[in-house]
Amino acid sequence: MATLEIKDLHVSVVSEDAPKEILKGVDLTIKAGETHAIMGPNGSGKSTLSYAIAGHPKYTITSGTVTLDGEDVLEMSVDERARAGLFLAMQYPVEVPGVSMSNFLRTAATAVRGEAPNLRHWVKEVKGAMADLDIDPAFAERSVNEGFSGGEKKRHEILQLGLLQPKIAILDETDSGLDVDALRVVSEGVNRYKANGEVGVMLITHYTRILKYIQPDFVHVFAGGRIVESGGRELADVLESEGYVKYTGSKEAATLS
Amino acid sequence: MAALSTQPHSHGAVVPVASRAEHFTSYDVDAFEVPGGREEIWRFTPLKRLAGLHSGAAATGSAAVEVNAPEGVTVETVGRDDDRLGKAGVPGDRVAAQAYSSFSDATIVTLPGDAKSEPATVTVTGPGAGAVAYGHIQVKASQFAEGTVILDFRGSGAYAENVEFLVADGAHLTVIAIHDWADDAVHVSQHHMKLGRDATLRHTVVTLGGDVVRVTPVVQYAGRGGDAELFGLYFADAGQHQEHRPFIDHAQPNCRSNVVYKGALQGDGAHAVWIGDVLIRVAAEGTETFELNRNLILTDGARADSVPNLEIETGEIEGAGHASATGRFDDEQLFYLQARGIPEEQARRLVVRGFFQELIAKIAVPEVRERLEAAIEAELEAVGA
Ligand SMILES: Nc1ncnc2c1ncn2[C@@H]1O[C@H](COP(=O)(O)OP(=O)(O)OP(=O)(O)O)[C@@H](O)[C@H]1O
Ligand SMILES: [Mg+2]
Repeated sequence: MATLEIKDLHVSVVSEDAPKEILKGVDLTIKAGETHAIMGPNGSGKSTLSYAIAGHPKYTITSGTVTLDGEDVLEMSVDERARAGLFLAMQYPVEVPGVSMSNFLRTAATAVRGEAPNLRHWVKEVKGAMADLDIDPAFAERSVNEGFSGGEKKRHEILQLGLLQPKIAILDETDSGLDVDALRVVSEGVNRYKANGEVGVMLITHYTRILKYIQPDFVHVFAGGRIVESGGRELADVLESEGYVKYTGSKEAATLS
Repeated sequence: MAALSTQPHSHGAVVPVASRAEHFTSYDVDAFEVPGGREEIWRFTPLKRLAGLHSGAAATGSAAVEVNAPEGVTVETVGRDDDRLGKAGVPGDRVAAQAYSSFSDATIVTLPGDAKSEPATVTVTGPGAGAVAYGHIQVKASQFAEGTVILDFRGSGAYAENVEFLVADGAHLTVIAIHDWADDAVHVSQHHMKLGRDATLRHTVVTLGGDVVRVTPVVQYAGRGGDAELFGLYFADAGQHQEHRPFIDHAQPNCRSNVVYKGALQGDGAHAVWIGDVLIRVAAEGTETFELNRNLILTDGARADSVPNLEIETGEIEGAGHASATGRFDDEQLFYLQARGIPEEQARRLVVRGFFQELIAKIAVPEVRERLEAAIEAELEAVGA
């Protein structure tokens, strides 16, 4: 059973030559079968946490550990982490001009699965996965994320999630920029992924609305670079009515009023 | 490419100091001074490495020209006094004039009118290491002809030439010039293109090999409705100098031009120069033009100079624009691909191939396309990217 264990994680980013500490001791354990919602105000360090786990070169781990099933994740290169079973659906997916979505998906699936998928099955699999997310088949021949709308990019992140079927998925504000229909389609995609295997989800969000579609087992409030409170679903309801004011001292809503 | 971070590079003024209209041309080598290196048109070129092509070096050998022509396409070898030669344009620098004054015989390839021809390949093999040669080639697409001519440059030595492309009224000509020289080769070439009424030319320059390669493609229009697309794709390795100087001279109304050059550079002393001149003269109403140059710097020690010049003498144009950007390898793209499990080396290749993809996709001859893909692959392997 997959377990992602984050212990006392401190992370800095080098900005204008002075390193700046953003994560100040994060402790979190995610086991297969669990969905953890990480909720926090803008700038609290949610994306930094997800990038640090994925291995983005901009972020430096100054102390702490991250392990996946006991293996040291921080020792692994970015691609090794992905092949070990970690997946990050990015808040701002990157455009890669000249690389077609279909080529990209197949290359990624080949890398993660350790062998090239059977072509006939693969074509069917991709077609089906795209249809499930209401993605026009024409996207397969377009360059990765190039010129996609915000919502189209998010759908494609979830498409990759479904095809790569990682052990632990980190979804960084997958809900932002989605209209009501898209939010439902994307949430269903996440739920399908969860139903398909023994997997764990870290669902990063600013707002509670996605929690109507995806049931969290745990809710953590993230502020000032660490988890400041943890609880169950009911904590989200408190955030819904009271916002983050208790944690930040400033008024920031957790709902779109 | 939006994902390329734009960094400072030599980006010239939009309007050049001296008008391109006043640019001197002559068939006679003695009408040009021997360049010293400070001249605007020579300031990027390493003259010391030109084997004297600019300073009167006599021919000590000759380049072999072999033509593989399909049915219907005629090939002639003619003397320098053949009065069909020199019709597409006048040499614009001393080396081109030297070549024009020095070649002994020329090759003329003619595509038949009102017919579609299979691709013809002209293979030019350099005179050999240490030798100097001058040459002349003319490609003629007759009225309503349709076809492709591949120029394949290989071998060693120093070689200067003029290549003429006469595209008659209504003809469609596709040209692919591949500079796949050996490491020592020095090649200075001017391509003269003249488009008749409603003629279409797609001209692609590929530069991979050679020590110094300098290509100056010049487009002129002889009537309305001409359409020229100039593409370039280059890959400069350590120590290589690759210079491309396209010039589009819009002097006729309602013509179109589109210039897209893309290059990747890697290794110490790899140097790419792109000077893109577009002149829209008073008579050229309704012109539509765009030029673009992008450079992808893969390693430290490589340098790209990119100077787009757009001169507009009439207000009555359809549209004109230019863009130039030189960027380093984009770490965000690499991160994204790696975050999906793709190993770094493979991710780099995907990004570089992606960078060239729009140009490679436009090459309609499958063998050439495959050869280019393989060449890019080999270049990337060489540096362990
Ligand atoms: N590369 C960087 N250089 C400088 N500062 C950075 C960098 N990356 C993040 N930061 C800073 O770190 C803090 C946390 O940023 P992060 O993006 O992790 O927040 P977030 O919780 O994801 O916010 P949001 O809700 O807006 O997505 C912010 O103050 C941000 O400005
Ligand atoms: Mg964020």
